[in-house]
Amino acid sequence: MSLLTVTNLEKAYASPEGSQSRIINVPHFEMDAGKQIALRGSSGAGKTTFLNLIAGILQADRGHIVVAGEEMTGLGESERDRLRAHYIGYIFQTFNLLAGYTALENVMLGMMFGTGIDTNFARHLLERVGLGDRMQYRPSQLSVGQQQRVAVARAIANRPRLVLADEPTGNLDYHHANEAVTLIREICHENSAALLIVSHDSEVLGQFEEAKDFAQVNCV
Amino acid sequence: MKKRIGLLFIVQRSLRQHALSTLITTLSIALGTGLVMAVIAIRAQSVSAFTGGPIGFDAVLGARGSPLQLVLNTVFHLETSPGNIPWTMYQAVQSDPRVELAIPYALGDNYYGFRIVGTTTALFTEFEYRKGVRFRTEGDGRFFDPDRQEAVIGSFAAQKLGLKVGDTFKPYHGLVFDESMQHDEQYTVVGVLEPTNSPSDRVIWIPIEGVYRLEGHVLRGSGEEYIARPGQEIPDVHKEVSAVMLKFRNPQIGFMMDATINKQGKVATLAWPIGAVMAGLFDKIGWMNQILALVSYLVVLVAAGSILASIYNSINERRREFAILRSLGARRKTVFTVIVLEAASIAAFGVIIGFIVYGAIFTSASAIVRAQTGIVLDLLQFQPVFVVAPICIILLGVVAGVVPAFKAYQTDVATNLTPIS
Repeated sequence: MSLLTVTNLEKAYASPEGSQSRIINVPHFEMDAGKQIALRGSSGAGKTTFLNLIAGILQADRGHIVVAGEEMTGLGESERDRLRAHYIGYIFQTFNLLAGYTALENVMLGMMFGTGIDTNFARHLLERVGLGDRMQYRPSQLSVGQQQRVAVARAIANRPRLVLADEPTGNLDYHHANEAVTLIREICHENSAALLIVSHDSEVLGQFEEAKDFAQVNCV
Repeated sequence: MKKRIGLLFIVQRSLRQHALSTLITTLSIALGTGLVMAVIAIRAQSVSAFTGGPIGFDAVLGARGSPLQLVLNTVFHLETSPGNIPWTMYQAVQSDPRVELAIPYALGDNYYGFRIVGTTTALFTEFEYRKGVRFRTEGDGRFFDPDRQEAVIGSFAAQKLGLKVGDTFKPYHGLVFDESMQHDEQYTVVGVLEPTNSPSDRVIWIPIEGVYRLEGHVLRGSGEEYIARPGQEIPDVHKEVSAVMLKFRNPQIGFMMDATINKQGKVATLAWPIGAVMAGLFDKIGWMNQILALVSYLVVLVAAGSILASIYNSINERRREFAILRSLGARRKTVFTVIVLEAASIAAFGVIIGFIVYGAIFTSASAIVRAQTGIVLDLLQFQPVFVVAPICIILLGVVAGVVPAFKAYQTDVATNLTPIS
């Protein structure tokens, strides 16, 4: 059953010269519940914009995005926020942890706007990603790899149906990158969440049975 | 409920992250709150104490002149005496059936700045400074014998002068202390009055006869100068008093005596009613209170401005934080609410600390008021400003938070998620 369906999706930005520069033109893209898909693409190809459109962070110019049966594109910003909080987890390349909060609090923040705070589940997730002894540490007190694992735990904190990962290994070395992708895949699988990951790292992409070239998805 | 706890959690973390600016703005709010409450409470209590406090008399009869000066001089033991009136005038009002009580005061001496008032024992045996309450001496003290050089001392004066029963002292001439003006007569303290929280606490009471007989005192009750000789009785015609404190049998008497003494007579002044005379003083110095209040309101406004400025300035560096919250599903109005709650929290903390500031200002001010007038202001006496000021200041904090909150509200998620290096 399809969890995410994208049809005729278009997004353009105003260029500095004033003209419209189309960056997204996806005629059709879909993925089933629980599936894990990797999109390969070079920098500037529009991968992040594509994920932001699916997450409802950006509003599409045209087309349709349906997540878990709910049409995203016709909704107002507030409703898109609600859908994102309930259905979508997001892992960023730069992790985007909040500096003033501990690891545990960062994970709890991920729950706050969706299903509500469940401290036990937040602790369980941090233990699952191997940070059971680092829950009260702030991001600045954690290594880059540990920060990434907090970000993974936070993305899954709301028990989302779909996890979006934008170059999640971009700031990690080779060894940690493979570990991180394995962890993301496992944790999504354990929590029945589909995973859509974008990356330009062939090592990362090699772990996925289904890896697509973003240029074939995005026809600009 | 979960969400509300969550918002306060975010607010608390944010205030902690910006602890220094939070502390400074909180303290500025506290100062403003404390000032407003102190200025208004001190004014309200002062007006109340001076216009309707434990005075016990309805009117003061004294020399022709300003009723305000008369009241200040005799009731509050401030200011100089406008002059004296003959003893016969005291006798006339004392025998007036409309007058319930008439007590003569003779002023003109001090002991280290504390006024010495000559009076009769009626002050202790008949006068009630508050309904049903008369002066009482502490411990084994007693009231003075009118024929002896004895003194009864108000509680505050005794405390400040270190005088107790059995101690002796020599009065100084004049209302202002001058070391070179000491009289030779020695008085013995026979009683210290229990505190009354009134101007009487600052007074040293001696027999009125004693005032007449102090060396160098000249009596002019008859119009001619007369100096009392030891062992020789003073004829009433030569005696004079600074004022006669009056209590009427009913309020209408005041109207009648006011007409007789003030409007038709030319010799004396009847200061009546005492509360109204003092209210006139507060009306005259009302502008000063308004300036004080205005200054404290300005401090509050500046403090509210500092909330606005400190949060507004932090918004730019916090845009990424807001974008992250938004990416986690927080709505624009959530971010807006967080900022407004931050401002309100700073104002609320400021208000709480403001009560401590109020306590400090009030305590200092009331110590001065007590030392100068004997009137005791009550720190814990409820004033409407204790409710109105906190509510208004927290609302002001909310208003101050709206501008930065709107700026945060406008944060674009996608463009602010990437760190700016």
